[in-house]
Amino acid sequence: MELAENKRGNNGGSLVQYLSKHLREYGLLVALIAIMLFFQVVTDGTLLKPVNITNLFLQNSYIIIMALGMLIVIVAGHIDLSVGSVMGFIGALAAVMMVNWGWPVWATIPACLVAGIVIGAWQGYWVAYWKIPAFIVTLAGMLVFRGLSLWLLEGQSVGPFERSFQSLSTGFIPDFTGLGRPNGTALVAGVIAVMLIVWLGLRQRITNRKYGMEEEPAAFFWARTIIVSGALFYVMYKLAGFRGLPNVMISMVVLTLIYAFITENTTLGRRIYALGGNEKAAKLSGIKTERLTFLAFVNMGMLAALAGLIFAARLNTATPKAGFGFELDVIAAVFIGGASMSGGSGKIIGAVVGAFIMGVLNNGMSIMGIGIDYQQVIKGLVLLAAVFFDVYQKNKA
Amino acid sequence: MTSLLEMCAITKEFPGVKALDNVNLTVARGEIHAICGENGAGKSTLMKVLSGVYPAGTYDGEIRYDGQTAQFADINDSEELGIIIIHQELALVPLLSIAENIFLGNERATKGVVDWRETFRMTTDLLDKVGLSEPPGTLVDSLGVGKQQLVEIAKALSKDVKLLILDEPTAALSEHDSQALLDLMLELKAQGVTQIIISHKLNEVRRVADSVTVIRDGATVSTMNTRTDDITEDRIVRDMVGRDMSNRYPPRPHRAGEMLMEVEDWSVWHPEHKDRQVIRNASFRVRAGEVVGIAGLMGSGRTELAMSIFGRSYGQNISGRVKMHGREVDTSTVGRAIESGLAYVTEDRKSLGLILEETIQKNTTLANLPSVSRNGIISEGEETRVAERYRQAMNIRTPSVFQKVMNLSGGNQQKVVLSKWLFSEPEVLILDEPTRGIDVGAKFEIYNIINSLSEQGKGVVMISSEMPELLGMCDRIYVMNEGALVGELSAAEASQERIMSMIVTDVVDEPAMGAAE
Repeated sequence: MELAENKRGNNGGSLVQYLSKHLREYGLLVALIAIMLFFQVVTDGTLLKPVNITNLFLQNSYIIIMALGMLIVIVAGHIDLSVGSVMGFIGALAAVMMVNWGWPVWATIPACLVAGIVIGAWQGYWVAYWKIPAFIVTLAGMLVFRGLSLWLLEGQSVGPFERSFQSLSTGFIPDFTGLGRPNGTALVAGVIAVMLIVWLGLRQRITNRKYGMEEEPAAFFWARTIIVSGALFYVMYKLAGFRGLPNVMISMVVLTLIYAFITENTTLGRRIYALGGNEKAAKLSGIKTERLTFLAFVNMGMLAALAGLIFAARLNTATPKAGFGFELDVIAAVFIGGASMSGGSGKIIGAVVGAFIMGVLNNGMSIMGIGIDYQQVIKGLVLLAAVFFDVYQKNKA
Repeated sequence: MTSLLEMCAITKEFPGVKALDNVNLTVARGEIHAICGENGAGKSTLMKVLSGVYPAGTYDGEIRYDGQTAQFADINDSEELGIIIIHQELALVPLLSIAENIFLGNERATKGVVDWRETFRMTTDLLDKVGLSEPPGTLVDSLGVGKQQLVEIAKALSKDVKLLILDEPTAALSEHDSQALLDLMLELKAQGVTQIIISHKLNEVRRVADSVTVIRDGATVSTMNTRTDDITEDRIVRDMVGRDMSNRYPPRPHRAGEMLMEVEDWSVWHPEHKDRQVIRNASFRVRAGEVVGIAGLMGSGRTELAMSIFGRSYGQNISGRVKMHGREVDTSTVGRAIESGLAYVTEDRKSLGLILEETIQKNTTLANLPSVSRNGIISEGEETRVAERYRQAMNIRTPSVFQKVMNLSGGNQQKVVLSKWLFSEPEVLILDEPTRGIDVGAKFEIYNIINSLSEQGKGVVMISSEMPELLGMCDRIYVMNEGALVGELSAAEASQERIMSMIVTDVVDEPAMGAAE
């Protein structure tokens, strides 16, 4: 503390200093790329085949969607262990509604989302207004909703579903250009996305310069932008060679953008970070901390419900075991993405990259034929390594 | 007297910074040696070098202890030789008993099995020595800060202490507890324990210290002997800040405009104990441009009064009225209190005032985010502009407003808290111990800020345990005792003696509220 004031003046400066300060952010991206390249090589190019890239999105969409909500819960200083059970329960509910009760798809989907919101509200109520630790409340929820899905399905699998419901997960955006293969929509979307990335990046740089904020050195900016846009366009190009853009990828991207915007640019988002950073100080600054906590769980419930629908649509059946253990993957993704256990820090984009790292590991190891036993060990060690890296960086600073 | 400790030419460098530059410190056997200096002067760094927190080899210079060169690899090494530090932030485990805390890591045990009879017997002896009459099985949690401090000292005594170092021991103590602690220091001295006290409070230094070393900017400025040298507080202050501070409280013309805030019949009950009344029918008023003080001992209910008014952040069963401009307002949530024109700068800035992991910028705008946003979307540019404006106005010393507040010194942190509340555009600011734990120079700046608030026609309520500060700054002072406002003095009438006498003559039979303690 005493030193901090004297350190002024040597801020910014050389590339090395900048890099060491932001090592975590770049490290995450580099790690994802390295892991992908590694599996690309050891699987003889299977990893980045169009069909497998499509699979990667389909397999991880529900983890990523839940990671968005989990990041917010964790930033607010809590945790949600129930998301796997909740998504299983909602999948079961949707199946029973459509198959057993004959509800139409258009009514089932909103009803299930509302059910997710109600579940989130139930858990949020205990955490926010009764101050029961989220660990306990959601551990209870994990058991309750697992039990309820068993009860609802009477221990059986229920399915199959209508095509329109399945397209939630397995559908593809039709090709507007009529090119067929390669899929024109995917190519156009790729070009637009790359242009957006460059434009937004440049705009941010201009703003930063205008207000004297810390500037990313130009070399880093361009390297990062080129790598990210290159990778993005490559993925789009590959997808274009298969069936185009999966529906679920679009919902995932849109949700990610919305949540990134909310957490970084709105008063709501700022207040959640403040709540997680120091609840008492936030409260004494006029922030309604209880309501925010409540809303974080409501949101989590809704996203878990959406994930449950997508998962059921993908399997085309609801099983009592659906979503079993998924909470661990989701929580791991958020922590690999750099969120702090004690709340108050973490980014949406980090959680998404974290989820992809887990997803690529899963996928790559499965292609290689590594047994589920080793897979678990390796994923566990990756989580530990990522968090160790965080702690090490923090201590060094 | 021979010297027990000699630290010669100690230089300690951190990357890019020289924290200590050729510091010399000589402590004679059996004396109480005071170290004074502004925050950031290097006092704590020096003590960390002494106690082995910074191990031998990471600094230059020599430590001679008890006639021998000492090379400590860690704290255990220094404790073995009887050098024990009691830090400002107490290091007790709240949910363990006094006895367990005293012998933590040093258990009276054979083969890992604790001998509780021996532990309790020794604890009782130690508590006797420090004058604390609590059963050894009492949980530390249930003790006030003053008593916890005594437990720390008892713990030090249990380790056969030869050199006891107290870092700001009275910072969190009431006047009464402080006096008791200083008495204990003198008693320990009589028993031959050499002591080093780090303190901001010069009257205390003068009372107990045999010699004083002043450190400024990592270097020794002067060493004085209180018996032979003619030491005045002004002289010490001058050495500490390097300039003449003949006027510690900047003058301000007396202004009292229209009535801003009136609090009437305010009563509050303890949040956990329904039948314990913490605030008793308190009434006070603040006019525009006025600085009103609330004096009282620790635990008299000052913080509880302020927090209960500010959005009912303390207590239950609250009754009474708050009026702004003669009209009754609703302050039942923090949001409504802010809307009514109130701001409350907490006593505990680290745990209640700031989000330490966030930047200055984000802390500054926290209580008034709508002003820097449109439709719930924050304008980062606008936010930066605001933070920058307050950085300059408040003279917050930092490379940029994107610095995390945990990297700032206490004084600068306090300025960030003040910025946050000024940006919420209040009419009345309640400042709870606004200068606690910050150095003399920064205090002066805070006083100037208070004066400029008065000039802008804002009302200021100042709660402080330092009576000279209240006397130097306030137009009017309310005296609080046992949850009631027992008197009101104008600046002209007020004196330390009159305030104390108001407190001591108003003796209520019930035990103290124990709310803050």
